[in-house]
Amino acid sequence: MKKEEQIIQALRQVKDPEVPVLDIVEMGIVRGVEITESQIIITITPTYTGCPAMRVIEEEINQVLKTEGYENVEVKTVLFPAWTTDWLTEEARLKLKAYGIAPPEKVNEVDLNPFNWEEKKVACPFCESMNTSLTSQFGSTACKALYYCNNCQQPFEHFKCI
Amino acid sequence: MKLDKQTQSDLFDYLLRLGDDRLILGHRVSEWCGHGPILEEDIALSNIALDLIGQSINFLSLAGKVEGQGRTEDDLAYHRDALDFKNLMLVEQPNGDFGFTMVRQFLFDAYSLLLMEALQASELKELAAIAGKALKEVRYHLRHSSQWVLRLGDGTEESHRRVQNALDDLWMYTREMFESDEVEQRLVQKGIAVDSTSLKSGWESMVFQILKQATLEIPGEQGYYSSGSRQGIHTEHLGYILADMQFLPRAYPDAKW
Ligand SMILES: [Zn+2]
Repeated sequence: MKKEEQIIQALRQVKDPEVPVLDIVEMGIVRGVEITESQIIITITPTYTGCPAMRVIEEEINQVLKTEGYENVEVKTVLFPAWTTDWLTEEARLKLKAYGIAPPEKVNEVDLNPFNWEEKKVACPFCESMNTSLTSQFGSTACKALYYCNNCQQPFEHFKCI
Repeated sequence: MKLDKQTQSDLFDYLLRLGDDRLILGHRVSEWCGHGPILEEDIALSNIALDLIGQSINFLSLAGKVEGQGRTEDDLAYHRDALDFKNLMLVEQPNGDFGFTMVRQFLFDAYSLLLMEALQASELKELAAIAGKALKEVRYHLRHSSQWVLRLGDGTEESHRRVQNALDDLWMYTREMFESDEVEQRLVQKGIAVDSTSLKSGWESMVFQILKQATLEIPGEQGYYSSGSRQGIHTEHLGYILADMQFLPRAYPDAKW
């Protein structure tokens, strides 16, 4: 395996502290690994600008790579291109669903329009029913919205499409 | 970043305006934490406050880099006085009731959406990147605030009366959003900044449409409008926010948490 790939594999040990079933690679937070003569540069991007998890993630990257024997690691943050839920891997989406969080659909016109009154339709991660309703656009963390399933009568979270 | 002296000073000022709007509004909105009318709104407002403060960190940190004196976003947030703050008077207005907070948020979100959209084309790529990132969050904020303006405006007699009063009280602070000055114009020439006057018609068509739908009366063009916050003129309320926000880091400069 190439050294870059080995580092990526090592980075998969770093979980998103707010969605601990997902690692930062499958979330699309890791944007690149660059190996120069003197150092290893890991480029990451925040999910939300105010996301308090970013500092923890940065510390953990340093920790994990140190444990794996890598030295002179630098973590760089970039904002462009802005993170989108479209970067979540298929595997990540399945994990979210198994965890009880409705995964994001592909970002579409409705998501890009701030004035879509008709509520977006989201399938219940427990019973697949489309008979669900939005409780609040803001959930326990910035990346999730709150829904309620009218079929199995359970509240659930939806990973917002951005 | 290679900038001539004039551009460097203009850009520093411009970035403070962008950062301070979001810092002060974020601080205001955070005052709802633990006081929201329902749990979901408490969470929503805390999330929005966090986004706004996150955006301000990006703008202020870039401001510090442009200035080149080694000041961080924290230095700029905690160690400037009221006269040095460049935020709009709109965002420093006290929260009032929930309806008042939502109207203030709605008026600002619509402006911020248009501004962030336009700033994505800035020649300064660091600035364009921050704007592109913020835009995604502002969409959510606007969706939230506009839905509340609709629900409350077209709600009960009492909710309608309250948001109409809020709108009437806040209207005098809206014109400032679309005022430009030399600092901004010089940066517009360089392709870095957005001409604030160009945002007015888009804002009006967006805002008027929601207000009409909410059965609210749009305040007339006549009447008093305040002006001057971009030059450091503020209402009495800013000083109190700063006292609250800056006390701890100033009293205990080495405090860590
Ligand atoms: Zn269900």
